[in-house]
Amino acid sequence: MGKTLYQKVWDAHSVGTLSDGRTQLFIGTHLIHEVTSPQAFGMIRDLGLTVKYPKRTFATIDHIVPTENQDQPADPLAAEMIDAIRSNCDDFGVTYFDLKSGKQGIVHVVGPEQGITQPGSTIACGDSHTATHGAFGAIAFGIGTTQVRDVLATQTMAMEKLKVRRIEVNGKLRPGVYAKDVTLHIIRLLGAKGGIGYAYEYAGDTFDNFTMEERMTVCNMAIEGGARCGYVNPDETTFEFLKGRPYSPTGAEWDAAVERWKSFASDADAEFDDIVKINAEDIEPTVTWGISPDHGISISENIPSSADTDDAEEKITIDEALAYMKLPAGTPIKGIPIDVAFIGSCTNGRLSDFRETAKFLKGKKVAAGIKAIAVPGSQITAIQCEKEGIDKVFEEAGFEWRAAGCSMCLAMNPDKLIGDQICASSSNRNFKGRQGSPIGRTVLMSPVMVAAAAVEGKIADARETFDVEDPAAVA
Amino acid sequence: MAIEPITKVTGTAIHVPGSDIDTDRIIPARFMKCVTFDGLGEFAFYDVRFDPVTGEKTDHPLNDSRFDAATIMLTGINFGCGSSREHAPQSLAKYGFKAIVAESYAEIFFGNSTTLGMPCVIAKKEDLDPLKAAVEADPSLEVSIDLEALTVSGGDITIPVTIPDSARQALTSGKYDPIAELLENKEKIEATAANLAYVE
Repeated sequence: MGKTLYQKVWDAHSVGTLSDGRTQLFIGTHLIHEVTSPQAFGMIRDLGLTVKYPKRTFATIDHIVPTENQDQPADPLAAEMIDAIRSNCDDFGVTYFDLKSGKQGIVHVVGPEQGITQPGSTIACGDSHTATHGAFGAIAFGIGTTQVRDVLATQTMAMEKLKVRRIEVNGKLRPGVYAKDVTLHIIRLLGAKGGIGYAYEYAGDTFDNFTMEERMTVCNMAIEGGARCGYVNPDETTFEFLKGRPYSPTGAEWDAAVERWKSFASDADAEFDDIVKINAEDIEPTVTWGISPDHGISISENIPSSADTDDAEEKITIDEALAYMKLPAGTPIKGIPIDVAFIGSCTNGRLSDFRETAKFLKGKKVAAGIKAIAVPGSQITAIQCEKEGIDKVFEEAGFEWRAAGCSMCLAMNPDKLIGDQICASSSNRNFKGRQGSPIGRTVLMSPVMVAAAAVEGKIADARETFDVEDPAAVA
Repeated sequence: MAIEPITKVTGTAIHVPGSDIDTDRIIPARFMKCVTFDGLGEFAFYDVRFDPVTGEKTDHPLNDSRFDAATIMLTGINFGCGSSREHAPQSLAKYGFKAIVAESYAEIFFGNSTTLGMPCVIAKKEDLDPLKAAVEADPSLEVSIDLEALTVSGGDITIPVTIPDSARQALTSGKYDPIAELLENKEKIEATAANLAYVE
């Protein structure tokens, strides 16, 4: 019987079995940021420990960075966190992509961009969206701060092995349907807790044909479906993306690395604990209506009503979500007015997201009264967009073009919703209060759908707003 | 770095209803602007405990003074989902919680809590509901979680619970903070690293 990629990577990184039965797993690549690392460095110091493999930890700053002027920390607490990560990296010899490096950005954008994220590796970061890196055929997962300490001090952590569910999507996505819709659709089908205990292997010809950035968008939200990690088997698309990146191997080492990476892909006869099959043609542009990422519906559907279900728990959930969202049950989601439009985040803040959206946004205007912001995921993404004139397309349409950071995805920086504003957002979580106002409301969707909502001032079907079915508009 | 085994947690309890209670709700992101975990206790569930507009206390159970002394939380499905922030279990522990009984947990939250020595045990809804009702009827009811017998009891109710065996082992043997054992395996760590081409 063959092995899955998960099994192979797990085996290669297993140090041994701990007395409680968990595996001591070697973490080949450790990524850190300013929010979840300072306490870990504090613990290291308190215990008189040091960083065991400083070359295997990479740091950047993203959550608290102001996107209007990166150099102006919002308050003394933010300044203290910035000082802490700098001095911690200096003290222990950790590579730090700081604001002056030209390489700063959201940690899950920076890793792949630098070629640090590689197939067949284990990657941990004190951030649940670490699953993003699974797009490269890595086993990548979020950890808590005490585990950040463990990885700093030993390059290992205690970990329970997961089961593997293969999610196969086959077929061609319809025009106007994106990777974001695929991931929202999967979460809708399997639920926010459906992936607990599983790693997700995303496969099928839809994934085979996806770019690396599209694969990252799907893997990014594995955790929103409860799966701590999700991955795509490495292939030529993966190797093509990595070739020539700063931390990618070169010369003879490159060829050896590619051979090694290929060997980690799941075997054709690998057995899975579960298999789910989805037709790409069944996926519609998807938006959320509630307060959990599994509250998704297609743009043409009505907002659910608790009257639609006999399940008492589900009734409570729907009513709670609709009360918070202040949305009318049983009416179309399309046409709900918005206040804010946000394009960015580790889910959809990459070059292709801005390129694709700019194609449709060119010549259009953001509706009156809508605050629209576009936030590149990294300084490199920003510079490339600016070279291509993408920033101008956004600005001419009425978007603010910002500097790199997490921005309004979680609002630990000045970008926040105010009061009960409703935001069309390309981010990953629609939890209560997620975007910075305790009563703020989030509607998750693809970047192109956010652009459509910005232009219309209400939740819209981008295929109609931008005449997507018309081949001339798509070209 | 010896730590005390945890075999039993006893105290009064509180029922915090809801499913998919995410870590943003447990500790809103703005309170993570800090370089230590100190002081997080007072911000646990902040945005549902205080009306965001008026600042007044809401009817959230944590605002019910009858449950002020509670150290065990009874809750629903997929507790602690979302962000990996350890600030969430840290804030609950610093608020005064010593253990949680729920129908299920998000994995990262579960691991973070175990490492802090805050057991998270799993109960079936049909078992948990009568216990929740008993606690709501009598806030002074002493509830006891027994990690060896794998039961939770309160008054005349005793229900079976589960917890992954590795977590149970770690808690009951006082090895829930794994750092000492991880450090002990230095040679094995280096041997593993030597076999990984990408690790220098």
